[in-house]
Amino acid sequence: MRLKLIGTLAVAALLAGCANDHANTGAATGTGAAVQPSGPVPGSEADLVANVGDRVFFDLNQSGLTSDAKATLDKQADWLAKYPQVTVQIAGNCDDRGTEEYNLALGQRRANAAHDYLTAKGAAGSRMTTISYGKDRPTATGDGEDVWSQNRNAVTSVQ
Amino acid sequence: MGSTRDTYLSGRQLNALNEIFGAPGLGRRSLLGGGAVLGAGLAGGMIVTPSGAQAADAPAAEITVDQARTAPIPIVIPSFGPGVGEQITGVLTDDLSNTGLFKVIPSSANSGTPDFAPYKAMGARAAVTGTASGSGTVRVEFRLWDVLTGQQIQGTAYTTSAANWRRIAHIIGDVIYQRMLGEKGYFDTRIGLISRSGSIHAPRMRLAVMDQDGANYRVLSSSQTKLPSFNPVRDQIAFLSYATAVPRIYIFDLATGRQHILGDFNGVPLGPHYSPDGGTIIVPVARGSGSELYSVNIASGAKRQLTSSGGAINVSPSFSPDGSQIVFNSDRGGSPALYIMSASGGAARRLSYGSGNYGDSVWSPRGDLIGFTRIAGGQFSLGVMNPDGTGERIMTQGYTVESPTFCPNGRVLAFCRRTGGENGSARIHTIDITGFHEHAIATPEGASSPTWSPLNV
Repeated sequence: MRLKLIGTLAVAALLAGCANDHANTGAATGTGAAVQPSGPVPGSEADLVANVGDRVFFDLNQSGLTSDAKATLDKQADWLAKYPQVTVQIAGNCDDRGTEEYNLALGQRRANAAHDYLTAKGAAGSRMTTISYGKDRPTATGDGEDVWSQNRNAVTSVQ
Repeated sequence: MGSTRDTYLSGRQLNALNEIFGAPGLGRRSLLGGGAVLGAGLAGGMIVTPSGAQAADAPAAEITVDQARTAPIPIVIPSFGPGVGEQITGVLTDDLSNTGLFKVIPSSANSGTPDFAPYKAMGARAAVTGTASGSGTVRVEFRLWDVLTGQQIQGTAYTTSAANWRRIAHIIGDVIYQRMLGEKGYFDTRIGLISRSGSIHAPRMRLAVMDQDGANYRVLSSSQTKLPSFNPVRDQIAFLSYATAVPRIYIFDLATGRQHILGDFNGVPLGPHYSPDGGTIIVPVARGSGSELYSVNIASGAKRQLTSSGGAINVSPSFSPDGSQIVFNSDRGGSPALYIMSASGGAARRLSYGSGNYGDSVWSPRGDLIGFTRIAGGQFSLGVMNPDGTGERIMTQGYTVESPTFCPNGRVLAFCRRTGGENGSARIHTIDITGFHEHAIATPEGASSPTWSPLNV
C-alpha cells in the first residue's frame, strides 16, 4: 500500500513538473512531447517523499522514536535547513487497535514527538504545525500487524 | 442552515397535544403528565394542554424488565387504519419488538372495547386499540388495555401535523413501555453521530443526527467533525471540529441551527463530554506527550484543570448521574485503563485490571453500570462493569466495537461496529445491557461515534 501511495505522489509530481515547464518556456505550439524533468522539484512535497522520507513509524501504543525514525528525522531536519522557505505540517496517526479518542491523543503525542525532535535539530517551531488524525487516516487497510505497523506514523507534509 | 432549520422545527413540533380520556374506575391520568415540558424553549405554534397530574393510584407495573427479558410480554397491536395509521403501527411494532421485551401480536380490531377472550387464549398480557384520522392534521387515538382484567390502562389522543406521525408512534411506544415495565421508555429520542463517506483513507466525517430507529437522518455540518456529545438537558450537540488548522470545540443548537465555539485551550482539544446538568463540558486537552482533563463552565467560560498526570493521556471522561464523580480513561499506569476520581479532580482510583487495554468509559444514566471498550488480542469487546470495578461482563465482540452510549433509561447501549479491510464498514448498533438483542440501525452512509439524546421534550 505504501509503495502504491508513493507511486501516486510521484506521478502527481511529474504532472506538476510538466505544467511548470510549459509555463517557464512559454511553449504555445504544444508538441505534446515536453521534456520530462529528471526528478521532483527541489524543496517540494515530492522531493521530501522521494529523497528524504516523509514519515516515521512507531511501535504498538508507543510514541518513542526508534533509531530508524531518528535517522529519517535527521534527514528531514537537514532538508528543512536547505529549504528555509518551506513550512510543514506533522500529522500523527494510529493503527485502528485503539479507541477513537485515545488514538486522537496518541496521534498528537506522536506528532509532538516528531516536532520536538526536529526542533531540537534546529528547525524553527514557527515553520511546523502538528495535527492528529487518530485512526481516521490509515495508509494501509486490512488487519494484522503488517498493516497496523504502517498506520502508526507521523507524516511530514509541505504546506 | 436555513432550510434545514425550518424542516427541523416543523418536524419537532407537536402542535396541539393530547386530550385525556378518563378510564372508567381509573381516573384521569396520562403518562404525558410532563406534557407541559413540551412547550419549554420552543416558541411559536406550540399549543400545549397541561394534562393534569399523573394519577396517584396508578398501579405499579407487574412485570419487571428482567422478567420481560426471559419472557417477552405478549401484546396485541392492531393496525391503526390505512395510510398514516398503518405507518404508525409499523413504527410502534418495531420500537417494541426491537427491545426484545415485547412480543407483538398483530390484530385487525383497532377500535371499541376488544374481545378479550381470544387474546387471553393467545396468552396476551396487554392489548392496544388505536385509530388515525385526517390528512394534513392527524388525530391519533390510542388506548392500552389490560387483557386479564379487561380494563383500560391508558387512553390518549394526539392531534398534530401529519409530518409528526413518527413521533406520535414513538410517544405511544414510550407510554406502553412505561405502563408495562414501570420505567420510562426511550423511543422518542435521537442519536447524534458522525456520518462517514468517501475514501477509507481520508473519510469525510460530518456531524449528523437521526431518530433512535434511524429515521429522519440529517447531516448538520459540512466540515470535518469528530466525537459528538449530546447535551443531556438541552437540544444541543457539542463536537470537535477540524474546520480550522487547530481543532476546536463547537456547540451546535439543533433548534436554531446556530453554532458557537466553546473557547480556546492551551493545547489541542479532543472530544467534549457534558455533565448531567448540561452546564459543564469536560475536554481533554493534548499538550506535549499527554492530555489533561479540563472542565469548562459553559455559561462563564471558566476553565479548571482536573488531572495533572505528567504526560499521561487522560480521555473519555463521563460523569456519574449525580455529578459527583468522573470515570475516565488514562494510560498513567502504563497502558490504557479506567479510573474514577471526584468531579473536582485530584486523586484517582484505578477501576479496570483485566488484560489488554480499556477505553471509552461511559457512566449509565441509571448510575448502576459503567460501559467500556476493551481491546485484547487484536479484538475489541464492549462491556459493562459496576462502578466499583466488580462484575465486568462482555456484551459483544468484533474487529471493532466501540464508542458506547447509553439510552436515557440505561437499558440499552448504542455503539459503533466496524469491519476491517479496504471496504470495511462502520455502522451504529444497539444492544440490551444483558448482551442480547443486538441490531444494526440502517443509515444512508457509514456511521460512527453515536451519542444518545435525552428523552425528547
